[in-house]
Amino acid sequence: MFYIYCPYCGEHREEEEFHPKGQAHLSRPADPDACSDEEWGNYLYFRDNPRGLHHEIWVHAIGCRKFFNATRDTQSYEILETYRMGDAPRVTHFTDKQKS
Amino acid sequence: MPGHVLKTSADYDGETSSLPRETVATEEDLTMQKYSGFGLLKHSLTHHENWQRVWRNPKPKKKYDVIIVGGGGHGLATAYYLAKVHNITNVAVVEKGYLGGGNTARNTTIVRSNYLWDEAALLYEHAMKLWEGMSQDLNYNVMFSQRGVLNLGHTLQDMRDIQRRVNANRLNGIDSEALDTQGVQEIVPILNCSANARYPILGASWQPRAGVARHDAVAWGYARAADAMGVDLIQQCEVNDIITEDGAAIGVSTKQHGTIYGDRIGCVVAGNSGVLAKMAGFHLPIESHPLQALVSEPIRPILDTVVMSNQVHGYISQSDKGDLVIGAGIDGYNGYGQRGSYATIEHTLQAIVEMFPMFSRVRMNRQWGGIVDTCPDACPIISDTPVENLFFNCGWGTGGFKATPGSGHVFAATLAKGEAHELAKPFSMFRFHNGALIDEHGAAGVAH
Ligand SMILES: Cc1cc2nc3c(=O)[nH]c(=O)nc-3n(C[C@H](O)[C@H](O)[C@H](O)COP(=O)(O)OP(=O)(O)OC[C@H]3O[C@@H](n4cnc5c(N)ncnc54)[C@H](O)[C@@H]3O)c2cc1C
Ligand SMILES: [Zn+2]
Repeated sequence: MFYIYCPYCGEHREEEEFHPKGQAHLSRPADPDACSDEEWGNYLYFRDNPRGLHHEIWVHAIGCRKFFNATRDTQSYEILETYRMGDAPRVTHFTDKQKS
Repeated sequence: MPGHVLKTSADYDGETSSLPRETVATEEDLTMQKYSGFGLLKHSLTHHENWQRVWRNPKPKKKYDVIIVGGGGHGLATAYYLAKVHNITNVAVVEKGYLGGGNTARNTTIVRSNYLWDEAALLYEHAMKLWEGMSQDLNYNVMFSQRGVLNLGHTLQDMRDIQRRVNANRLNGIDSEALDTQGVQEIVPILNCSANARYPILGASWQPRAGVARHDAVAWGYARAADAMGVDLIQQCEVNDIITEDGAAIGVSTKQHGTIYGDRIGCVVAGNSGVLAKMAGFHLPIESHPLQALVSEPIRPILDTVVMSNQVHGYISQSDKGDLVIGAGIDGYNGYGQRGSYATIEHTLQAIVEMFPMFSRVRMNRQWGGIVDTCPDACPIISDTPVENLFFNCGWGTGGFKATPGSGHVFAATLAKGEAHELAKPFSMFRFHNGALIDEHGAAGVAH
């Protein structure tokens, strides 16, 4: 069971209040009509899916209902930070201690 | 339902099996002894202490015609059909753990072929036909038990979808029936079919030829038969890079045995597909999620078929040993940890108790997770890749056990010829560029 800090509510809440929404920081092509099939397909479907640090979107579904980002280790499941939409992650690589 | 009897049964519990004993290759190992009733009797005289090793434990050669990364059911089946059908025996299966220890060991073993779209139905039915002859073909009892599978409908829309899928199945020559509430109740008297249920059961699709099989036996049967034809099964050997030259794969680098070269490389690593693709420098339309299952304490025979429900989301069968085998849904977050959240299991048990109130006091014994490779259209990827001579077979997600023989069969042909087998063609990874998706979320909606 995750215990997740919502950066909007400013509180830790139980996992069941939240839904994960996949990889974060994907930017929609500015002009979809100008995309090749490959570019558009990559945007829609292809993902990093790393074994390790993952920046991902969550929604506080039965709380404030806002979307936010989290950086989580997909191996240990440890949540290293949560941050608001539009912000950049602070944790972008493991420190030696975090390496699992 | 006429003639609905439990034929053979599978004694499995989905738990990770103990590591097959270390084996050392000796000359005598190279001719495989045939298993038979007489052999069983003969070995009983020496207290079963003189059975032949099931497979060799060879040192890898420098180079192979084909390297298969991943020794789960699909990888082992691929090796078997490469040797058997295509006469390609200079093959290595490179497995980081032990054979069949991934999702193959962790699944709830439901086998069926009642998928909606032609492409998927033909692929899964191809597998079903191979299941029906597998124990004889491998000389290994995989305990395939065609006890039938029910997919329940709880809403009007469910029932319309079921009708549509049943009709599509029949057009493809797949056994499939639509049942009403009473028809379901006749097959499973202990199912709560009352109109007062929170999500009343309005009917189901029924595939009589569907059922379960023993997961470990499938991996071991393919492994033993492949080994006997000369395939090298290399366990405890993790691939940590794919070596390329001028845009073509030429080998793999491994943690334990250095570089192994191969003319063609097939990756069959399920939840780790994204990791392997990254080594080769491309992305896949796949995310890895935890998927959990659990078994109860053993109870007397009470359920002689398989019951699945998309709507309340749970699926259940009973093993020979008597334990109820229950599968959960995936956890929504990406995870490589082979474990999921408690809440996911709780939801599943709620669904099971809703359907089978009499199970409410059965105690659960064990619980575990696998890492499933889910694809956006709930269909697999059997495909060439941006790297020449490198092929992937993955994306089976929550439901690939049932496809094990078919997947291995068409992937072997793909690796042998260097181009996709006819049945595999629609499952190219590039369908996510050209838009030719095969949406099986309806038939694959419940994790299984
Ligand atoms: C809880 C659960 C229930 C399920 N229930 C069903 C069901 O009822 N019916 C059904 O049809 N399907 C079911 N499935 C899905 C099914 O288990 C899988 O689709 C299928 O077993 C995949 O087989 P595989 O051989 O491709 O993968 P696996 O058995 O996972 O094999 C992949 C192998 O690759 C190895 N590997 C990974 N990385 C490397 C590396 N770098 N180097 C070397 N080796 C590597 C792994 O160790 C592993 O042994 C279920 C899955 C789970 C987890
Ligand atoms: Zn909040």
